[in-house]
Amino acid sequence: MFRYLIRRLLAAAVIMLVITTITFFIFFALPSDPALLACGKTCSPSRLAEIKHSLGLDRSYLTQYWEFFKGLFIGRDFGDQSVRIHCGAPCLGVSFQTDTPVLTTLLQDFPADLSLGVGAAVAFLVLGVGLGTVAAVRRGRAADKAAVGLALFGVSVQIYFIGLLLLYLFVDKFQILPASGYTPITEDPAGWFKGLVLPWITLVIVYLAMYTRLTRSSMLEVFAEDYMRTARAKGLPAATVVLKHGLRAAITPIITIFGMDLGSLIGGSAVITESVFGINGIGKLAVDSVQNSDLPVILGTTLFAATFVVLANVVVDLVYGLVDPRVRLA
Amino acid sequence: MSTPQSLAGPTTDRPTGENLLEVRGLQKHFPLRQGIIFQRQIGAVRAVDGIDFSVGPAESLGLVGESGCGKSTTGRLITRLLEPTGGSVVFDGEDITHRPPGRMLQARRNLQMIFQDPYSSLNPRHTVGTIIETPMRLNGINPPQGHKRRAQELLETVGLNPEHYNRYPNEFSGGQRQRIGIARALALRPKLIVADEPVSALDVSIQAQVVNLLQDLQREFGIAFVFIAHDLAVVRHFSERVAVMYLGKIVEVADRESLYTEPRHPYTHALLSAVPEADPDATERRERIRLAGDVPSPIDPPSGCRFRTRCWKAQDKCATEEPRLVSVEGSPAGHLTACHFPEEPTVAAREEDIVLDPALS
Amino acid sequence: MSVQTSPQPADVTPAPAPFLDVRDLRVHFPTEDGLVKSVDGVSFTLEKGSTLGIVGESGSGKSVTSLALLGLHKGTRAQVSGEIRLEGRELVALPEAEMRALRGRTVSMIFQDPLSALHPFFTVGSQIAEAYRVHHKVTRKEARDRAVEMLKRVGIPQPERRVRDYPHQFSGGMRQRAMIAMSLVCDPALLIADEPTTALDVTVQAQILDLIRDLQEEFGSAVVIITHDLGVVSDIADDILVMYGGRRIEYGTTREVLKQPQHPYTWGLLQSMPHLTGDVGARLNPIPGTPPSLINLPDGCSFHPRCAYKGWAPEGRCTVERPELRLVPGTAGHLAACHLSDEAKHEIRDGVRKGA
Repeated sequence: MFRYLIRRLLAAAVIMLVITTITFFIFFALPSDPALLACGKTCSPSRLAEIKHSLGLDRSYLTQYWEFFKGLFIGRDFGDQSVRIHCGAPCLGVSFQTDTPVLTTLLQDFPADLSLGVGAAVAFLVLGVGLGTVAAVRRGRAADKAAVGLALFGVSVQIYFIGLLLLYLFVDKFQILPASGYTPITEDPAGWFKGLVLPWITLVIVYLAMYTRLTRSSMLEVFAEDYMRTARAKGLPAATVVLKHGLRAAITPIITIFGMDLGSLIGGSAVITESVFGINGIGKLAVDSVQNSDLPVILGTTLFAATFVVLANVVVDLVYGLVDPRVRLA
Repeated sequence: MSTPQSLAGPTTDRPTGENLLEVRGLQKHFPLRQGIIFQRQIGAVRAVDGIDFSVGPAESLGLVGESGCGKSTTGRLITRLLEPTGGSVVFDGEDITHRPPGRMLQARRNLQMIFQDPYSSLNPRHTVGTIIETPMRLNGINPPQGHKRRAQELLETVGLNPEHYNRYPNEFSGGQRQRIGIARALALRPKLIVADEPVSALDVSIQAQVVNLLQDLQREFGIAFVFIAHDLAVVRHFSERVAVMYLGKIVEVADRESLYTEPRHPYTHALLSAVPEADPDATERRERIRLAGDVPSPIDPPSGCRFRTRCWKAQDKCATEEPRLVSVEGSPAGHLTACHFPEEPTVAAREEDIVLDPALS
Repeated sequence: MSVQTSPQPADVTPAPAPFLDVRDLRVHFPTEDGLVKSVDGVSFTLEKGSTLGIVGESGSGKSVTSLALLGLHKGTRAQVSGEIRLEGRELVALPEAEMRALRGRTVSMIFQDPLSALHPFFTVGSQIAEAYRVHHKVTRKEARDRAVEMLKRVGIPQPERRVRDYPHQFSGGMRQRAMIAMSLVCDPALLIADEPTTALDVTVQAQILDLIRDLQEEFGSAVVIITHDLGVVSDIADDILVMYGGRRIEYGTTREVLKQPQHPYTWGLLQSMPHLTGDVGARLNPIPGTPPSLINLPDGCSFHPRCAYKGWAPEGRCTVERPELRLVPGTAGHLAACHLSDEAKHEIRDGVRKGA
């Protein structure tokens, strides 16, 4: 198991390296020029060169890549004699736009995504597995059809539609919830909760569909297994048969998907939800940075999101080992 | 550790030149690997570990044994679906031991295989006609009557309706699918068919139909068979000569009459004694031997004689010295046994049953 | 020896009532293609301490019968009718909650493939202990000790250690032993074994069959063994029930059925099997055709399309009239459902012998 973990972590590091490299070089392949953007409308060639130099864009790609890479491990300093910005390891660079270290911005925005992602994920996992289990047990009957119908609804509607509908209903019409976005939990727990309820519901509706269907089909597969018949033949109550023997086996494929979903949600993939509800999260940061050709931020957000997805994968593998002794002892 | 050539002399008294299939010192070790980045080999599953046998034209050799004895691997090595680790396979005078797949065409025409599972061995997306014609087309065989007619003739030969030419495998029952597999194997008029558990997935009544069909084909077309099965009665019925395998080794080989009535290896005795017969009187007449536990892992097989850990006659010598497959005193010619302390040549009930299983009385 | 005749379900029960008395059991499954009559009017009786072998090919209804004995069709779409009386208590109409209390405790089951029948995510010990705890008010420790004791009894070496292993860490034979340990942990009165050795190697099969027999003697339970292998029933059963197309076609003591088989299907089964002794040149005599569809069973005798001797019965009765089980003359309870007269059977048998 320990060897296995090491191997997985090494593989994860390689994946991260590949992702960084690809993102870095894609940026330079793109036609937009960050220096030109920063220079403004009345831009003289000498001014442009100056900006290029201060951003470090006048050096070769490889040198820039190497600088970036070095920064990850030992940190680096930016700017010239007048302004000096120190960016400690792990340095993801400094934003062209705001002159702030990328990591600082990321960590600022991260609590919003963490709250949004974890809250929604826990809710849709519990609800999805619950609904899916009910649907599987009552296969072909009303409860099953309702659950499947609900799931179908969830996949067919779009986030901005649900989001706007919820905003209209709860904020404008009934005025139960505040309009503003994210409030840190440390400042105002009630406000934190109120601000996140609608985004959570939105994400739950969207993700619930898949989890319900996944659980249902996984459960039905498990119901056909011989060991489920054995469990009944022992005289176990139906609830024990379904929840202990059935769910334990059916949950394994769901864990895999859940891990990746959670990882990407925390990493900022809920960008539409963020923007509908006015939450300043990593998703929004990433979109803005692309619009502004802000290379360090693009790289930073990509790497940050990738870290969570890759980490989630490693965690999933470990959890898998805990759940399935055949993996653990292999 | 592997000097299989020295372990056994020729398994038949027939001169080697006349054999259709000559297997010498055949080995297959599946490597077990482990490592964080660089995989290194930490051991091997010795599925087949130095076996010799030969099959003459139109002869049928049976391979019996329990799971893990290497009989199926042997079948796949002969047909070169697997690459042997050691030893040699000479088929029809040609050494095909390490022949690359691209150059196997000629040999493969004469060397066909029938598989156990009639459900997974036929491509569900191809019609029966395509399945039977493909080997002909691949080998550039153009029968005078045309591929379709030939395929229909073959369907008739194996007892299926030629009109089923355009149907798909899922429209057939298990027994019928096995017939399709047989028709495919016959398409090239092979000299040897390796049949790996061809009837074990079928119901009793269907099993007999397929066994009879194979027997008819063998007689009519003079095809030699390597018949691999775990069912000792079926093997006895089909094969004139039978080899018993245990953990990758042949422990006994003989003509069927001699093997089933005068076995010498304790394992053969145990195996025969374990077969339940549909005759309430047979149980009393036959010896009763109940081994303990299961077959050990082929990853780390016992030293010396591999059966010694489950044998009631095992002594120190069995652990240190591997018994050679030789003719034992009191056995007829061609009956070879790999045992230091062979049993009496009879299967009659003993004064005292041999029961090694601690849970049994 | 204990064959009780119950040719018609309407028969008066002879006193005392048998331990297990199954009468006119029917299990039908409605499907889109029609009603699948998997079991269609099966009756048999069984006493404590004896073993009944139910023999048939795939689709004969033997496994469905075994599941009905455990009431495992309750809550599914299957339509079950008839009577299953266990120690006088009727089980078909029993509510699920009461049936559940019997499962594993009074009636228990061993399944064919122990690898798939044991849960891969729980230890062998916990699965055995669970079967004990569901019917007994004991602590975890006590249940575990009981599991160790059972593993020891069925011949698992180092049971204290192996109790913590998972099924995949056991060999095939050991898994089936663990399965047996689990089914016997509550000391059931009736043990049902559905193809208990089909997935096992022959030397292991012999060990397991002997083990089941030994344990039966020790616990005094009644055993129903379901199998396609006449050799297995010959080895272990006192009585044999041969099923075809969901119905009984022959029923008698093991010796009667195997030594004086009365039904052409039983003849066919016996002649399809190669033997370990005797003439090696003898050709197998397979039953032609394939087993019937359970939705549209042939009219008359459901075996008639595959029967070589239907011409011997008077006036083509085989294709129109379904034969009832009749008592074979000169026996205490050997039943067969065939229109052939006894004379015709004698003639055919002599002919077969001469022809062979």
